[in-house]
Amino acid sequence: MRYARNGIFTEQEMVRLKHARVCIVGCGGLGGYILEMMTRVGVGHLRVIDGDCFSPSNLNRQILSREDNMGQAKVHAAKERVQEINKEVEIDCIADYLDEQNAETMLEGYDLVMDALDSIASRYVLQKTCEALEIPLVHGAIAGWYGQVAVIFPGDRLLDLVYKSPFDGVQPPGIETKLGNPSFSPATIASIQVSEGLKVLLQRGTVLRKKLLYIDLLDNEFHIINL
Amino acid sequence: MKITVKLFATLRNYGENICEMEVSDDATPLSVMHMMRIPPQEVSIVMINGKRVNEQTPLKQADTVALFPPVGGG
Repeated sequence: MRYARNGIFTEQEMVRLKHARVCIVGCGGLGGYILEMMTRVGVGHLRVIDGDCFSPSNLNRQILSREDNMGQAKVHAAKERVQEINKEVEIDCIADYLDEQNAETMLEGYDLVMDALDSIASRYVLQKTCEALEIPLVHGAIAGWYGQVAVIFPGDRLLDLVYKSPFDGVQPPGIETKLGNPSFSPATIASIQVSEGLKVLLQRGTVLRKKLLYIDLLDNEFHIINL
Repeated sequence: MKITVKLFATLRNYGENICEMEVSDDATPLSVMHMMRIPPQEVSIVMINGKRVNEQTPLKQADTVALFPPVGGG
């Protein structure tokens, strides 16, 4: 009865989701919501990667943060949450940051990777590693009222078209460094990322491949940019 | 020549959402940014008539330039 309301998926598709392996890189604003939705929908094997611990400034938006778990490793809170919601889901957590050296080991064997990182430079590492391992990547990013989503298949290198290259070794910052992030933009973007990710896993519908969905919640504008 | 400029997200702090501008015949999106006092590092995606381009692509009469800032948080 757990999945009785998952009526958009066939029984066969639910079996595929149960056997799917999804890695969520970053366990903050986007990652917490992605984890929640992937767990509830019935993706059977999840991995979360994040080396950070909760601090009070996370409380305005990160669903896994609570007043009583400040200082806790984010991935440990993630594991607790998954076990509270759905014991059928196997959850594996890595309390470390993804980098050039460890990325392949961390992502190897997964069917899908969800980008929930908070820096542009680390996203390039993620894109490069997913390409090397031939894993589709669902990109998401947020800043204040704004957010974006895209699906990146190996070889697409979409991030090269979305962000400017580092100048003198320094990556130009995103506007989130000025705007911060409120409670609602992570939930909005994470929801679309999960929907895109499930479609990739099930090979259904139309995904945002070679396109960027750019969302402006301040003026209610939704643009699909062809890249 | 006359062009249309569309600004998105925080770039709207530098002008109207959509505006028409008179620019020189050798104008590029980069020169338009300079005219509008938009720091180029605040622009990550430049489009002309719906197609992503380099910021030094020459503009033509009646082109529409769209400028988006980088979004990178999570």
